[in-house]
Amino acid sequence: MCSGGTLSILRSDSYVDLSQYRDQHFRGTRYDQERLLRKSCTLYVGNLSFYTTEEQIHELFGKSGDIKKIIMGLDKVKKTACGFCFVEYYARGDAENAMRYINGTRLDDRIIRTDWDAGFKEGRQYGRGRSGGQVRDEYRQDYDAGRGGYGKTVQCQRA
Amino acid sequence: MSRRRHSDDSDDSDGQPHKRRRTSEPSEIEERLESLICRVGEKSNSSLESNLEGLAGVLEADLPNYKSKILRILCTVARLLPEKLTVYTTLVGLLNARNYNFGGEFVEAMIRQLKECLKVNMYNEAVHLVRFLSDLVNCHVIAAPSMVAMFENFVSVTQEEDVPQVRCDWYIFAFLSSLPWVGKELYEKKDAEMDRLLSQTESYLKRRQKIHVPMLQVWTADKPHPQEEYLDCLWSQIQKLKKDRWQERHILRPYLAFDSILCEALQHNLPPFTPPPHTEDSVYPMPRVIFRMFDYTDDPEGPVMPGSHSVERFVIEEVIFAELFQLPSPPHIEVMYTTLLIELCKLQPGSLPQVLAQATEMLYMRLDTMNTTCVDRFINWFSHHLSNFQFRWSWEDWSDCLTQDLEKPKPKFVREVLEKCMRLSYHQRIIDIVPASFSVLSPANPVCIYKYGDESNRSLPGYTVALCLTIAIKNKASNDEIFSILKDVPNPNQDDDDDEGFTFNPLKIEVFVQTLLHLAAKSFSHSFSALAKFHEVFKTLAESDEGKLHVLRVVYEVWKNHPQMIAVLVDKMIRTQIVDCAAVANWIFSSELAHDFTRFYIWEILHSTIRKMNKHVLKIHKELEDTKARLARQHKRRDSDDDDRSSDREDGPLEEQIERLQEKVESAQSEQKNLFLVIFQRFIMLLTEHLVRCETGGIDVFTPWYKSCIERLQQIFLQHHQIIQQYMVTFENLLFTAELDHHILAVFQQFCALQA
Repeated sequence: MCSGGTLSILRSDSYVDLSQYRDQHFRGTRYDQERLLRKSCTLYVGNLSFYTTEEQIHELFGKSGDIKKIIMGLDKVKKTACGFCFVEYYARGDAENAMRYINGTRLDDRIIRTDWDAGFKEGRQYGRGRSGGQVRDEYRQDYDAGRGGYGKTVQCQRA
Repeated sequence: MSRRRHSDDSDDSDGQPHKRRRTSEPSEIEERLESLICRVGEKSNSSLESNLEGLAGVLEADLPNYKSKILRILCTVARLLPEKLTVYTTLVGLLNARNYNFGGEFVEAMIRQLKECLKVNMYNEAVHLVRFLSDLVNCHVIAAPSMVAMFENFVSVTQEEDVPQVRCDWYIFAFLSSLPWVGKELYEKKDAEMDRLLSQTESYLKRRQKIHVPMLQVWTADKPHPQEEYLDCLWSQIQKLKKDRWQERHILRPYLAFDSILCEALQHNLPPFTPPPHTEDSVYPMPRVIFRMFDYTDDPEGPVMPGSHSVERFVIEEVIFAELFQLPSPPHIEVMYTTLLIELCKLQPGSLPQVLAQATEMLYMRLDTMNTTCVDRFINWFSHHLSNFQFRWSWEDWSDCLTQDLEKPKPKFVREVLEKCMRLSYHQRIIDIVPASFSVLSPANPVCIYKYGDESNRSLPGYTVALCLTIAIKNKASNDEIFSILKDVPNPNQDDDDDEGFTFNPLKIEVFVQTLLHLAAKSFSHSFSALAKFHEVFKTLAESDEGKLHVLRVVYEVWKNHPQMIAVLVDKMIRTQIVDCAAVANWIFSSELAHDFTRFYIWEILHSTIRKMNKHVLKIHKELEDTKARLARQHKRRDSDDDDRSSDREDGPLEEQIERLQEKVESAQSEQKNLFLVIFQRFIMLLTEHLVRCETGGIDVFTPWYKSCIERLQQIFLQHHQIIQQYMVTFENLLFTAELDHHILAVFQQFCALQA
């Protein structure tokens, strides 16, 4: 290679860096999880509308490369979509491009968020909130028509 | 913060570096140096001049201990940060003024780096280096006559014999594109030599062939903007610049502020530079066609836009669209440009969205002559962009397209955009966002068509079996049970079932595939599960080539309203080897698909199929290389072990594996070549048919269908040019012979000209 290599400012690829989130249910050490995250081809996608379909997700995320599998996040009780999913690519580079160019843009009029996932395991497709959906929908105070209206706690209060 | 709080040894309270562990020092200093150098020229409270002066002082002081690191960093920024070229040349100029030897060593290091870049085909970075060197003339680091001498060596590459034109092109490009920086200075010192160089350049440009140009043009028409070949364009620009006596106002020149210091410096002579010779491994950059969208240069007051910096807006957009539409491929992944434009709209909400809307309007108006591949990109970009802005658009502005034949570019474009918009939302949304008059262009509701679904179809052959199958599958039947149900399906192709009935039976395929896909219609995941569960049945039914083709036909019949579903099913079937790539290619060119032939989704499927084939070959090739490497390592270990007990027998399994992989690679490459053969053959048949029909009927060849078809053929060549190059001889001998109609042969010749 050319003498000199590259510059660290050019190596920085902040959109691809790991976030602060670590899955508390992960079986293994923090180190194991981070190792898996760094070579993962799977993305967690959050802030989806409950009505967003696999087809829409496929169309959008297909723009950064060939998708191997999409797993829709489900309410543990109702078994209906609860606003997140996993997108697995064949190639890490394609997942990175999704982190760079699709994360933070809109799907179904909502700004969606992507993050690295250590890999799908059976059971991870279910929401972990007490009512069956995602934890964030348990406690939020705002009204979100695409995510079942008010947060679950608020719904209980209003009832 | 009081110093008292940090009085323990591990803390560096008084800033003395010697209190830190020594082992970490050098890399820290190096990081600091790199950071200082990289940051100069960025936003700062001080002026650029004082920052440069300060930095020059720091680096000069560090030269005794860190000279090689500083050299390396400066060479790297010269290569990788071209946008700050003049900042760094000024810095080098200041360093050279303070330390002549360092200046000399830097120049030598740059020349070494340039040679290395050229040897490993890094031509873009090499151009940055050449420009850097030429600007060093302005900083009194390099003597002008020696720069001229280097350019003389560049230009003399055009005299080399038996070398690809693209090689000469690069050296001319590197020379011409440096002139905006250094033309003035070189002319002042060596005007006769420069005149000679420009004259030699001119005669080269006149005699070089430009067969490749039509293939790379975004538009087939020259109005309103001619699309010049990049070297012709650059030449015109340099001519104009020379006429203007090299006056330009765009290049930032920090060294002007240091003129009194720099002109005291001693200059170095560039060592004589011989361009590395052409080798078989040399791969030169492809030629380009310059994209122009706006006429703002002719009339800066032109389109009425708010803000005094409106010209910059247009330039930014022109550059972005130029890259997006670049042929063969954009420099970056397409989705990047969409996101970039969205970000720019967010940063400049008062002006950029309007300019973008204007750009879209201009591109729409020129659709009639836009290259099909570029139209694809326009469709993808526009629909994705709209999906981020609630699909808000003044569709009525485009009602002119409603009166046109649906195959014409404008209505076609709107149709495809609406289909893509639907994929990112849902059918009713699209109906809601367009005026009622646009319903003729709206996409179909993506529902599945099940031929056995209606009681009224009960007279269809296979109807009862379909019912049976439905019940069985719902009851979680196994593959074997499915086989036994299907046994009852008669074969319309045969009079008697003289074998097990596993030969091609189109009705069996029809009944099974229709029923299964209908049951699994709910989502992609459902359909994929169905394919996986009944993989065995699929493989058996689709064993023959006709079987594969028929499966694809039935998939189309069921899902013709939902092209996206067809695409993902075809993808899955290839990956699970239910069908092969050649079957897909044949299916795409089949008569059943003729009326969908110009639809975007068809070409997405074909190119995706080709890419899968290419990736497959690469994967096996890599496996082979990895195994060979393992064997080599094993040999090395054995040689260094000097152990008599180990023997050649150990090589056995690996050698066997290599042999198997070698066969696998050959077989994969053969399949790959065959895929392209099928595609090219079918294109030739289709196009020849059309050309003959037009000729005998005395009608114009250039129909919308023809334009689309011939550009799709070009697209195959351009998008997969590296692979196709490998099999050129076969294609030339078997298909693209002199007997071919000249319209078709021209595409092939243009392609050959790209790397000639």
